[in-house]
Amino acid sequence: MTARPLMDVRGLSKAFPAPQGLLARLRGEPRRAVQALSDVHLSVQRGETLGIVGESGCGKSTLARCLVRLQDADQGEVRYEDLDVLRLRGLDLRRYNRRVQMIFQDPYSSLNPRMTVGQMLREALSVHRLRPRAEQDARIQELLTLVGLPPAAAGRAPHEFSGGQRQRVGIARALALEPDCLIADELVSALDVSVQAQVVNLLLELQERLGLTVLFVAHDLRLVRHLSHRVAVMYLGRVVEVAPTEDLFRAPKHPYTQALLAAAPTLDPARRADAPAITGELPSPLNVPSGCAFRTRCPHAFARCAAERPLPTDVAGAQVACHLYSAPDGAVPG
Amino acid sequence: MSAPPALLQVRDLNVRMPTPAGTLHVVRGVTFGVQPGEMLGLVGESGSGKSVTLRALMGLYRRPVTVSGTVEFAGQDLLRASEAQWQATRGAQIGMIFQEPMSALNPVLTVGTQIMENLRTHRGLRGRAAAERAAELLDLTGIPSPRARLNDYPHQFSGGMRQRAMIAIALASEPRLLLADEPTTALDVTIQDQILRLLLRLREELNMSVILVTHDLGVIAQTCDRVAVMYGGRLMETAPVGALFREPRHAYSLGLLRSLPGSGARRAPLQPIPGGPPNLLALPPGCAFSPRCAYASGACLGAEPPLVPVAPDRASACVHAAALPSLTGEVSA
Ligand SMILES: Nc1ncnc2c1ncn2[C@@H]1O[C@H](COP(=O)(O)OP(=O)(O)OP(=O)(O)O)[C@@H](O)[C@H]1O
Ligand SMILES: Nc1ncnc2c1ncn2[C@@H]1O[C@H](COP(=O)(O)OP(=O)(O)OP(=O)(O)O)[C@@H](O)[C@H]1O
Ligand code: SF4
Ligand code: SF4
Ligand SMILES: [Mg+2]
Ligand SMILES: [Mg+2]
Repeated sequence: MTARPLMDVRGLSKAFPAPQGLLARLRGEPRRAVQALSDVHLSVQRGETLGIVGESGCGKSTLARCLVRLQDADQGEVRYEDLDVLRLRGLDLRRYNRRVQMIFQDPYSSLNPRMTVGQMLREALSVHRLRPRAEQDARIQELLTLVGLPPAAAGRAPHEFSGGQRQRVGIARALALEPDCLIADELVSALDVSVQAQVVNLLLELQERLGLTVLFVAHDLRLVRHLSHRVAVMYLGRVVEVAPTEDLFRAPKHPYTQALLAAAPTLDPARRADAPAITGELPSPLNVPSGCAFRTRCPHAFARCAAERPLPTDVAGAQVACHLYSAPDGAVPG
Repeated sequence: MSAPPALLQVRDLNVRMPTPAGTLHVVRGVTFGVQPGEMLGLVGESGSGKSVTLRALMGLYRRPVTVSGTVEFAGQDLLRASEAQWQATRGAQIGMIFQEPMSALNPVLTVGTQIMENLRTHRGLRGRAAAERAAELLDLTGIPSPRARLNDYPHQFSGGMRQRAMIAIALASEPRLLLADEPTTALDVTIQDQILRLLLRLREELNMSVILVTHDLGVIAQTCDRVAVMYGGRLMETAPVGALFREPRHAYSLGLLRSLPGSGARRAPLQPIPGGPPNLLALPPGCAFSPRCAYASGACLGAEPPLVPVAPDRASACVHAAALPSLTGEVSA
């Protein structure tokens, strides 16, 4: 894969001030920070689906929000084709935001409850002046058909839809702007499996038809495996491994990826583990361990892991941030 | 079926809830049993009645909600028991844990106090003996330095530790049956894995029965002995867990398993169940699943099909149970 990436993320970092108690403030203690993203590198190829997985709080949503400029990153660079995304302003930013659309886990909270679906879509079309007024009605019907909603849906408000249908409305609104890239943050996580499959199929079909690039943020590993061409695994604000999907699931390289896959429940009752895949709790994001963030739970940790943060290294087509792979005589775990 | 007497035998359980739009018949004629030491999974889509079933077993409903049927626990019919008898059973012999531990834990009492309160009420332990036992229980659930953590408040615990603390509180009374409502749904997979292994170990060590409610078929496959599939307030199928995943005998179970990703080639379309969950106020005639079912025929639209035995230790409420294909090799991890 030597093609120039559609999106290229270099050294992206973002910290949030931690909530501080009154006592701590009175004592004048320094305000601590949650490092939600720490020196994240990632590239996205045109037309691919890149899965992003990792445990709660590892920074997946923060990454997504920084990429669409809903949040300002502290450091780093994001290239989208020739655009310097983090420095875009005014009309250029609006144009970028049209091309890169985010869809949220709960479209209910991002859909205006007082507007009908038709009004919402019309607003999106008008704001970005995508269609002359006369053509808007036709385009709205086209969008509804595209996401598998009946024409009558245009006259209904969000609360009149089921969860799966609301996801379709959210997708229709994103597509109204004719984006080239969709960032789906836990798009189907709240849906029942039988309905989840309907929305997943819609996404697959649209991607095929419109050539969309998709960043698919989710914690359902089975789903990510099914949809993604490549997968990035995050842990405490860092990307620890990026690899082509089948390689990642067949032969995970980073010890955290190995633990995550082993902990995910398989559908085979005959393959049942006796002991947990990994012990220990996720460290507090306020107290990220020195060196490798995973070292407090890693069965392979050694002295260097506490002293030095591992940098992403190319290992057989994957990027892995682990000293086992950078140490000259490091034993590679199976 | 030479099964030993069940610890819990539920027969024809019905729960009705009045709402402004009409009375919701939320649990409709549910019948199942749980053996001593057995882990039974209760699975179904959102709104199918899983939580209401558990809450009814726990005796948590009062008028205007009505609960009917029989709930026989260790030979005693709980629905006909006096309030005092019921109180003695609940908490003492039946424990319950929830999805969100913060809603069940008291934020102003230390974790130790909450465990000791249960030890006093149900086991008559006080003072030093209670403190010793409380530390033992925290230790049992895998909380490091349990003695010191007894003095912590719930907010000082992480999500996974709170879930462990809630399990420790529920176990204080040494229940014979533990009702667990989505105990790991809010947790990360690595922590979920730890809690599920813990439940398996505890049921082994304490010979406790568990009803585990979840919507995650993977969790069922990894922990349960038997599974009951719920849809629209009714049990659609009960089966040993291996048999269900190999050879579902209800078209809804089959549809559920087939809709999971992983059964076809990567990026191939999934096989969704068309439509959405049933409206309890306007159920279709006959089988509640019929509007979404690919196998539906005229035979499905008469009286609602009852849950009947279809094989040893298996029951199904599907008219076409015998005609359904098996899934061997189709559903994979
Ligand atoms: N607006 C904010 N203010 C303060 N802290 C925040 C804010 N947004 C996120 N964080 C913190 O940043 C970290 C990363 O959060 P983020 O929401 O990106 O995680 P996530 O991977 O999306 O998790 P989840 O799987 O739970 O959605 C967490 O520790 C979170 O508490
Ligand atoms: N107190 C109540 N009043 C009215 N309706 C209720 C009440 N509690 C539950 N219901 C309804 O009863 C049905 C079953 O609810 P229940 O909570 O048992 O579902 P569930 O299977 O546990 O779903 P989930 O997976 O979403 O937790 C739902 O339609 C719900 O809206
Ligand atoms: S760098 Fe060290 S601690 Fe981190 S994952 Fe690799 S071996 Fe484990
Ligand atoms: S009884 Fe009929 S409609 Fe119901 S699940 Fe079975 S085949 Fe489908
Ligand atoms: Mg998130
Ligand atoms: Mg529930």
